[in-house]
Amino acid sequence: MKVAITSTGNSLGSHLDQRFGRCDFFVIYDTETKALEYIPNPNKEALEGAGPASVQLVASRNVNKIISGEFGIKIKSLLDSLKIQMIIFKEPDKKIKDIIDILNNTSQTHSK
Amino acid sequence: MSPRPLRIRKVSNPPIISGLKPYGNKSAHGKTEVVFLQYEEYEAIRLCDFEMLNHLEASVKMNVSRPTVTRIYAQARYKIADAIVTGKQIIIEGGKVYFDSEWYVCSSCGCFFNHPEKQDTVANCPLCGSSQISNCDQIPDDSIDTKPQCDDGCICLACGYEETHQSGNPCVNIICPQCNEPMRRKNSPHSRKFKNAL
Repeated sequence: MKVAITSTGNSLGSHLDQRFGRCDFFVIYDTETKALEYIPNPNKEALEGAGPASVQLVASRNVNKIISGEFGIKIKSLLDSLKIQMIIFKEPDKKIKDIIDILNNTSQTHSK
Repeated sequence: MSPRPLRIRKVSNPPIISGLKPYGNKSAHGKTEVVFLQYEEYEAIRLCDFEMLNHLEASVKMNVSRPTVTRIYAQARYKIADAIVTGKQIIIEGGKVYFDSEWYVCSSCGCFFNHPEKQDTVANCPLCGSSQISNCDQIPDDSIDTKPQCDDGCICLACGYEETHQSGNPCVNIICPQCNEPMRRKNSPHSRKFKNAL
């Protein structure tokens, strides 16, 4: 299963970005192969429509979940029709590494 | 003048099939005709006939008025009946709808999440896997007023005492607390006769 995490930088030590549409990077993490992919967000400086454009970008990578600090008003109906789960995690101090550790623990306990 | 724009109907999940096909049509010549069942009509059938809700409860779930649900439902029944009787193929598509899901909160890691696959029940937090989750926007049951409102009153013909009428309870069953007479409906022929006699 693939999970998208919004990030402020392109390393494991960067923090979780509190915005979805205008975040700096998307981290696509595959919980099965443990593969990581960093995608710079092209919509960062967009004047409008950054959210829906980011949804398209993320959906093109076939993710099942998106973890971010907050989602805009246009996002929910889009993601609902694409059947992508939204997770709002309001902890700006958390690093990408911490979140991946949590996800790893969860998938281990579920597979057991 | 253009008509009032439609209210967008809320549909919980798209159907798992995109249509139904008839088989064994003896009088069919070539292609079968098609009935387009809209998403909102599918949702009305699902709520009213599968989940056994009444139209008022279904209207709250679909975020439209009760008469609108009744209209959508009647149209859906007609289309399905048409498909069965005349042997048409049903295709579920179209309609002015949006898909919505409910929010949940995990008390162990403090994250909020929604659940797009509404047929399955949520058991675990998708982030930390704990089972301590709760629905955070459940509509309280008493916010749905199922009793129809009535502005009419009951009146005692003997002394003129008035009370607001309660639906489903005939006025004659209510005894006037002042003179122990059965009460009548205000503005009914009975009470009008009484008014004329005064």
